Amino acid sequence: MTTTVPNPSGKAALRGRILRLAASVTTPLLPDDYLDMVAPLRSGADLRGRILAVRPETADAATLVIRPGRDWRGHTPGQYVRLGVDVDGVRQWRAYSVTSAPARRGAPISVTVKAIPDGVVSNHLVRRTRPGTLVQLDQAQGDFVLPGRPPARVLFVTAGSGVTPVMGMLRAGAPGDADVVVVHSAPTPADVIFGAELRDLAARGAIRLVERHTDTDGLLTVADLDRLVPDHLDRETWACGPLGLLDALEAHWTAAGHGDRLHTERFRPTVISPGEGGTVTFARSGVTVDADGATPLLDAGENAGVLMPSGCRMGICFGCVLPLRQGAVRDLRNGELTTAVPGDGVRIQTCVSAAAGPCDIDH
Amino acid sequence: MTVIQNKPDNPIAHLSAEDIETIGRELDAIRERVVASRGERDAAYIRRVISTQRKLEIGSRVVLLFSLFPPAWIVGTAGLTVAKILENMEVGHNVLHGQWDWMRDPKIHSTTWEWDHVSPAEQWKHSHNELHHTYTNVLGKDNDLGYGIMRVDEDQRWHPFHLGQPLWNFINACFFEYGIAAYDLELGRNLRKGRHKKPEFRARARAVGRKIRRQVLKDYIVHPLLSGPSFLHTLAATFTANLLRNLWSHSVIMCGHFPEGVETFSRRSIEGETRGEWYLRQMLGSANISGSRLMHIMTGNLSFQIEHHLFPDLPSNRYQEIAPEVRALFDRYGLKYTTGSLPRQVFSAWKKVVRLSLPNRKAPRRVDDRPAPALAASGV
Repeated sequence: MTTTVPNPSGKAALRGRILRLAASVTTPLLPDDYLDMVAPLRSGADLRGRILAVRPETADAATLVIRPGRDWRGHTPGQYVRLGVDVDGVRQWRAYSVTSAPARRGAPISVTVKAIPDGVVSNHLVRRTRPGTLVQLDQAQGDFVLPGRPPARVLFVTAGSGVTPVMGMLRAGAPGDADVVVVHSAPTPADVIFGAELRDLAARGAIRLVERHTDTDGLLTVADLDRLVPDHLDRETWACGPLGLLDALEAHWTAAGHGDRLHTERFRPTVISPGEGGTVTFARSGVTVDADGATPLLDAGENAGVLMPSGCRMGICFGCVLPLRQGAVRDLRNGELTTAVPGDGVRIQTCVSAAAGPCDIDH
Repeated sequence: MTVIQNKPDNPIAHLSAEDIETIGRELDAIRERVVASRGERDAAYIRRVISTQRKLEIGSRVVLLFSLFPPAWIVGTAGLTVAKILENMEVGHNVLHGQWDWMRDPKIHSTTWEWDHVSPAEQWKHSHNELHHTYTNVLGKDNDLGYGIMRVDEDQRWHPFHLGQPLWNFINACFFEYGIAAYDLELGRNLRKGRHKKPEFRARARAVGRKIRRQVLKDYIVHPLLSGPSFLHTLAATFTANLLRNLWSHSVIMCGHFPEGVETFSRRSIEGETRGEWYLRQMLGSANISGSRLMHIMTGNLSFQIEHHLFPDLPSNRYQEIAPEVRALFDRYGLKYTTGSLPRQVFSAWKKVVRLSLPNRKAPRRVDDRPAPALAASGV
C-alpha cells in the first residue's frame, strides 16, 4: 500500500504565501509587531522572558525566576544566559549563569545576580526589578559545563557570585557519584550566596564544602589549596570568581602540567592601562566619534547612537564582532594590538577592543 | 552672515560675534542637560505612543471591515486618520531622526524603522535629516524651501511657472507623501539633467516603486478585499484617511519654515559657519505653532519646530519642556521667536505662497554680490 506523504515544499510554500499576505496587511510593520503586543512569549517571537519572582539571597544578591518564551531551548548546567534589561530606558545586556536545574519545556529558569558596586544592571536587577517585567533573552551558551561522563574526582573553586554556575551543576544532581569538593570564598558567612543550600548538601554528604570567609581568613591563595584540598591537582577542576584568583589558579595548574584539568569562567575583561584612543568611523552608519583608549568600541558606538550588534560584553560570545576595515585596536584584556589595512578584513570583538588610533569599522 | 543682514531691518545687527557664540554655548548646555536626564519616563512615553497608535490603527481597520454602515465608516475613517497622523508625525518622523536611538531597542531605532509613507525611510533620512536640517533655509541648498516647485522668498527668482503655485501647493498638500517621495528622489532635477538613466537613481526609484506598491496594495486592495461587501466603502475610507493625513502633515510642515517672520539665508552665508551661527540660523529660520498638548502630539511636536531644529535628535516629548528656556534666550538676545496658532500660521504661510506667485514689486536684491558684514565682524 502506498501512502502519500505531505509535500513539505508545498507546505512551506503555503506558509510563505500566508506570511506574505499577513505582511501585506500590516506593512510597513510586520505581523510580529502586533503579535508582540499580546503574546510576547509566543513561539516564533524574539526570545524574551517574564520575571515571575525576585527572591533575595543575601544582602546584595537576588535570584530572578524567569519564564522564558516558548522557543527557549533549555540549558546545560554551568551555562549562562544573556539578559537584555531596560535600565533607565536604555537596553543593557549582561550575562548571568543559570542557577536552576534543567527542567521540562516551559518551566521557569532562574539566574542569581549579585549587585556589584556601581553596577548599573546588577543593582537594578537586585533592588528595583518587579515581577511581571519583560526581559530580552538569548539562548543559553558557554562551555563551562561538566563532560557527559563526570570525572570521579571533582573540585569546584568559587568566590563571590562565582558560585552561581556551580550551583546550577550541583542542583542538577551533578556530577553523579563523584567525590566533589567545593571551595567557596565570600567575605562573611552571611555573604555566601546559597549558603544554607550548600551547607545542607555538605551535611547530607553530597559534597565536601570548604567555606572561606575573607573578612576573617583573608583572600584564598593557591598555597591555601595545598592544605585545604591536598589532592587538588588530581581533580578535574572548575573555577569561577575574580580574575586575580583565576589567573593564579591557571598559573598554578599550568606549572604543575595539569592545565588541561582546569576549566575557568571569566566574567569580566581585565582592563589594562588606557591606550591612546582615536577617531572611530562606523562607515555604514555614517557616524564618527572620538573614543579614548579605555572605552570599548561597542560602548563608543552605542553612546553615539549606533545600533551595535552585541553579545556578552565580556569577550566570550563573539556576538559583537565587526570587520575592522582599517586602523588599530587594542584588546582591553591583554593589551594586544590588532591592525588592519584595506583588504585585510580583520574582524574584531568590539566589546573588548578599544581604539588605538583611527579606526574604520564596517558597520 | 545672512541674506537678512541686507534687509533694512536686519534682526541680528545688534549681536556681536561673541554674543552669537555665547548663544551657542547656552544652547549646548540645554542640550547637555536633556541628554543627561533622558531615561525611563521618556522610554515609557514613546512606547505608550507607539502602542496607542497600533491599537488605534487595528481598531479602526476592524471597524472599517463593516464600513458599509455609515457610522462605522465615520468612526473607522476618523480613527485611521488619527492613527496615520500619529504614525507619521510623533512616531515616524521622530524615530527616523534618531530621537530614540539611545534606548538601544532595535525595534525603535532609526536604522530599522520603516514608516507608513511612500518615501522609503532610508531616502527620507538623507534628504530630510542630512540635507534639510543641515542647510535649513539656505536658498539653493535647502529644497524644503518651496520643495523645488514654489517660490517662497523674495530673493528667489520669479518665473511665470510660479503663477500657478497656489494650485501646485494645494495638489502637493493632497498627495503630500508622494510629493515627498518625488522630492527625496530629486525627481525634477534628475529628470531635467538626464540623470534618470544612472543606475544609482534607478535603484532608488525602484525602492520608491516597491514602497508605493506595498502601501497601495495594503490600503487600496488588501484591506478593502478583507471588507468583502464593504470593499468600496473601505477603499474610500482609506483614501480619505490618507488625504486628511496628507493635508494635516502638509499644513504642519508649512508652518515650520514658511510663515511670515521666518528668515532665509544665502548660500555664501554658511561658508565657514560656526556652531553659534548654525544655531542662530535654526532659531531664525523656524517657526512654532501654539496650542494644547494634544495639538503638540498630533503635530509630532513639530509645533516646537524651533526647538526641534536646534536639537533634532532630542526626544520629542522634551521640546515642550525646554521651550520656555529657549524662548527666554530669544528674549534676552532680542531675537524674534516666531509662533502663532495653527490657523494663523497656516494662513500666513499660504498668504506668502500666493503673494510670491507674482513677481516682487522691486527686483530681488543681489545679496551675494556684497560682502556680508557679520562674516567680516566675526572674522570668518
